[in-house]
Amino acid sequence: MSKFNAGRFFLGLHAWGVFAFIYAPILILIVFSFNQERINAVWTGFTLDWYRRLLTDADLLDSVYNSLVVGLTSTAIATILGTMAALAMHRYVFRGKKLFDAILYLPIVIPEIVMAVSLLTFYVFIQLTLGLVSVIIAHITFNIAFVFVIVQARLAGMGSDLENAAADLGATSWQTFRFVTLPVIAPGVISGALLAFTISWDDFMIAFFTAGVGGTTLPMRVYSMIKFGVTPEINAISTITILFTMLLILLAVRLEGIFKTAKTIGT
Amino acid sequence: MKSLQKYITLGPPAIWLGIFFVAPLLIIFVYSFFERGIYGDIVYTFSLDNYLRAIDPLYAKTLWRSTWISVVSTLICLVLGYPLAWYIARQSAKMKKLLLVLLIVPFWTNFLVRTYAWIFILRTEGLLNNTLLSLGLISSPLEILFTQTAVIIGLVYTYLPFMVLPIYVSIEKLDRALFDACRDLGATSWQSFKSIMLPLTKPGIISGCILVFVPCLGAYITPDLLGGAKSLMVGNLIQVQFLAARDWPFGAALSFIVMAIVLLLLFAYARWGTNNFDKAAEAK
Repeated sequence: MSKFNAGRFFLGLHAWGVFAFIYAPILILIVFSFNQERINAVWTGFTLDWYRRLLTDADLLDSVYNSLVVGLTSTAIATILGTMAALAMHRYVFRGKKLFDAILYLPIVIPEIVMAVSLLTFYVFIQLTLGLVSVIIAHITFNIAFVFVIVQARLAGMGSDLENAAADLGATSWQTFRFVTLPVIAPGVISGALLAFTISWDDFMIAFFTAGVGGTTLPMRVYSMIKFGVTPEINAISTITILFTMLLILLAVRLEGIFKTAKTIGT
Repeated sequence: MKSLQKYITLGPPAIWLGIFFVAPLLIIFVYSFFERGIYGDIVYTFSLDNYLRAIDPLYAKTLWRSTWISVVSTLICLVLGYPLAWYIARQSAKMKKLLLVLLIVPFWTNFLVRTYAWIFILRTEGLLNNTLLSLGLISSPLEILFTQTAVIIGLVYTYLPFMVLPIYVSIEKLDRALFDACRDLGATSWQSFKSIMLPLTKPGIISGCILVFVPCLGAYITPDLLGGAKSLMVGNLIQVQFLAARDWPFGAALSFIVMAIVLLLLFAYARWGTNNFDKAAEAK
C-alpha cells in the first residue's frame, strides 16, 4: 500500500483535528495561567504571580478545605455502600432486585439539575439546615451509583466459581469475603473510590443547590469567580484542578477501572 | 444466617438510596401537582396547572429551544464522532487503547473549568478574536460568546466522547471481510459505506445519539456560562423557579417533564441499543 490513500489521509487528519479540539482549550488555559498580562489574551511574559495570589485568597483556601472534607467523607461512605450494593446484587436473590438495579443506575442517568432540586426540596421538607452535611449526603447518594458500577463490573468478571470453591473447602462466608472476594475486587473498589472522589471534587451543580451558607466548595468558588469576570487567577486554579484530576483519573485507568468499562460500552 | 447476611449487605445501601434518592424524587413529583402561594410557599391543593403552564408559549419556547440546541449538538457530535470512531477502530491494539484513554481523560476533568476555557477563548477580547484580529482576518471582534453557537460548541465539546465510544464499539464488532468483499465486488467506498457500514453500525449511532442528547437536554452550566438571555435552556428555567422565583411546584413539574423525556429515551436505548443502562453509566 505505497499508493497515497486520500480517504485514509483525511480520516487521520480529521481524527487529529478532533483531538486538537479536545485538548487545545485545556492547554490554552494552562499556558495562560503563566502569562503576565491580566486583561487581554496576549502573551506578555512568564510569571507565577497568579499562583502566588491563590495562596493568599482566604475564601479560596476555605473552599478547597470544604471540598476536601466533602470529597473524602463522601468517598469513604459511598465506597462502602456502593461495594455493599454490588455484593448484594452479585450474591443474593431478593424481591425487587430488578427495581433496585434500576435505582442504582438512575442517579447517573437522570439530569443533574433534577437530582439537585429534588434534594433541595427534600432537605427543606425535613428541615435539615443546608451546609456541608447536606452536600456530603448528596455526594454520597450519587457516588454510590458510580462505585457500584465499577465494582459490579469487577464482580461480574470474577464469576462465582472461586467463592463457591472456597465455601466447598469449608471457609465461612466472612473468610470467603475476606480472603477470596475482597482481594479480587480490590482494584475495582480502589478505582471506584478514586472516581468517586474526582466526581465529588468536580461537582458544581449538586453543591450549588444543596450547600447553603458556609458550605462553599471549590467549584462553587470558581463559579462565582467566573461570574465576576475572567482573571488569570481562574486560569491558575483551573490548571491545578485539571492536573490534579487527570492524575487521579490516570491512576484509576491504571487500576483498570474506566478503560475496561469504557471499552465495553454499547456492546 | 444466610438471610441475615443478605439484609446486612443489602440493607444500608438500599435504605440510603430509598431515603436520599427515591423519597426526594417522590416529593418533587407530588409537589408538581400543588400550587405556589403568594409568598413562595406551597399551597396543598391538587391541580394540573403547572403542567399546563409548561406548554404555555412563554415556557414552551424554552423547552423547544432546549430540544433544538440538543438536536443540533447531537448531530454535530455524530458528524465529528463517526469518522473519529472509525479512525480509532483501525489502529493497532496499543494505539486504540491510547486514543481511547486520550478521549476519555478530559471528560473526567472539571466540567466547570473546561467550560470556562471556552469563555477565555470566545469572549470579545478573548484568544480567538485577538488572534484573528492580529492576523488581519477580521476587522472587528466576532461576538460568539453568549450566543446559541457558544452553547452548542460547549455541549459538543463536553459530550463528544459519549458519541464516539458506542460507535467505536459497533465498528469494532463489524466483520471487516464484509467491507472488503463489498469493495472487491466493485462497490465504491461511498457505496460500501452506505450499504454496509452505516446499517451495521446503526445500533452504535442510535446509542451515541441518545447518550449525547440526554445530558444536553438537562444542561445547566453550559447555557448559564456560555449562553445569553436568548439561549436559556430548560435547566436554567428550573433553576430560576427554585432559587429566584420561588415557584417550586412549577419547577418540580418542569423537572418531571425533562426526566420523563430522558427516561423514555433511555428506555428506548435499552431496547434499541444492544444493551441496558449500565453501559451508559460505565461510560460516564
